[in-house]
Amino acid sequence: MAVRSTITTLFQEVAREQQRQLAPLTDDLKLLQCGLDSLSFALIVARLEDTLGYDPFDTAESFPVTFGDFVKLYEARAA
Amino acid sequence: MALRDAVIEAAAARGGALIDPARTIPLASLAQGSCFGGSLEALRGRSVIVAIRDQLTAAVALLELDGIARRMVLCTPDLSPEHLPHVVRSAQADAWLGDASSSEPPAGVGLEFAVAAELKPAGGGWPSPGDAPRAWDTEWVLLTSGTTGAPKLVAHTLASLSNVLGRSAQPEGRPRVGQAPEQPATPVWSTFYDIRRYGGLQIYLRGLYAGSLLLSSKEEDTTQFLARAATAGVTHISGTPSHWRKALMSGATAGFSPTYVRLSGEIADQGILDALRTAFPRAVVAHAFASTEAGVGFEVRDGRAGFPASLVGTSEHGVELDVSRGTLRIKSPGNAAAYLGAAAPSLRDADGFVDLGDRIELRDGRYHFVGRRGGIINVGGLKVHPEEVEAVINSHPRVRMSLVRARRNPITGAVVTADVVLADGATAATENGADERIRLEILEACRTTLPAHKVPALIRFVPSLEMSASGKLVRPSA
Repeated sequence: MAVRSTITTLFQEVAREQQRQLAPLTDDLKLLQCGLDSLSFALIVARLEDTLGYDPFDTAESFPVTFGDFVKLYEARAA
Repeated sequence: MALRDAVIEAAAARGGALIDPARTIPLASLAQGSCFGGSLEALRGRSVIVAIRDQLTAAVALLELDGIARRMVLCTPDLSPEHLPHVVRSAQADAWLGDASSSEPPAGVGLEFAVAAELKPAGGGWPSPGDAPRAWDTEWVLLTSGTTGAPKLVAHTLASLSNVLGRSAQPEGRPRVGQAPEQPATPVWSTFYDIRRYGGLQIYLRGLYAGSLLLSSKEEDTTQFLARAATAGVTHISGTPSHWRKALMSGATAGFSPTYVRLSGEIADQGILDALRTAFPRAVVAHAFASTEAGVGFEVRDGRAGFPASLVGTSEHGVELDVSRGTLRIKSPGNAAAYLGAAAPSLRDADGFVDLGDRIELRDGRYHFVGRRGGIINVGGLKVHPEEVEAVINSHPRVRMSLVRARRNPITGAVVTADVVLADGATAATENGADERIRLEILEACRTTLPAHKVPALIRFVPSLEMSASGKLVRPSA
């Protein structure tokens, strides 16, 4: 749960900084339709690595498509 | 032969079209009309700023203008107007070519002669310029980012741009490694790039010489673009690793089945190569090393990151690769001719090679790219010069110095980070919340003056930065 809330907070923080309108973060929301651009995702991933201490993309077999996929990718590594 | 004549000749044999979301222009129809009305002749022998916003109009205009203009400066729609006077001066431009949304140069640019290009629907086009002689070996000038933020002007010719492709259905450059993609009857090329960038221009020429070309559009998101590419039967498609990561994140690759997928403009790591092979099992996944200045060095098709060490030191099809002081340099007919402008630096080193400081390391018989000398950062295919960002950070009254560098990132390849030394570093940390306030002020200054990809993702306050014996900041080598 902690991982999910960290991720949610960072999505909101980066959306605010980048002045982008963030869609409600449901698990089936497609990442590319959440209102953020690639640079925003890059910022989120960089800050998550600082906060959580890992970058799950380096061993990921596929790229996350939905917000739920994204959270799962990080939760799987935390477990 | 000028580009238009070559394309019309090729199209007579095998068709082909230019395609955007709203329009399809058969290449054969180019013989019948012009997007210039009667004003093409007025551009003869001139140095023309091509400021057309609409990509399809630009695609047709460049083709018509080759052989007529002395020089064409290809401006992307995101070129900041503040840099226009520098571009006009450096190119010694004497004409502006816009479209309906950019028909006049902004005030103060110093260009009095302007022409607006306009595409007309097939059949209702402007009269053809007929057999207007195309005698100029037109310079094609591309813009690439410079240290100060002002673009550098890189002059090519059609011959140097076409070096690795030739005018045949063979779609790919040499030297290369790995298998060749299967050849469909008429390949349909596409690219995530704007065709006015080097990577996009390469695909533009391939599409024109050897099939059809489907253009991307600012109005479309990745999902829509991929859906359109799938429907149009795109067979060959290129983009940066960052473009491709975004495509994979869109989940929209499922219905799309190209035979050739190309990456360029950034380091292609094993992760993205593997992910693309899984997503496109039919396709040859190739990564190319190319730059605006050096042209296409080589293409690797064996699905592995890096390139075989055996490519270095050989000279094949005129492309000579060499490693000097840990960086890769290239001598090739695909090299640009020169940088333009009064104080422009030399493009080649003393041995005639173009050396952009791309650092490589040998591991298990393959060379791998490890970043740029001088610390140039590549954020999703866009270059960031650390000095430009440091100048903004250092303008904060509480900052003594700063060091901007790359941090690896799985989405955009890299992001920008900054280490900052405060003028009163010892005291700042003790003031309650002072660090945070300064951090926000620095970020605000960066956001106001720099494009988003240059704004540091992370700012760290450090007590000091390493200096060399000569008093310069020691930049990390990668």
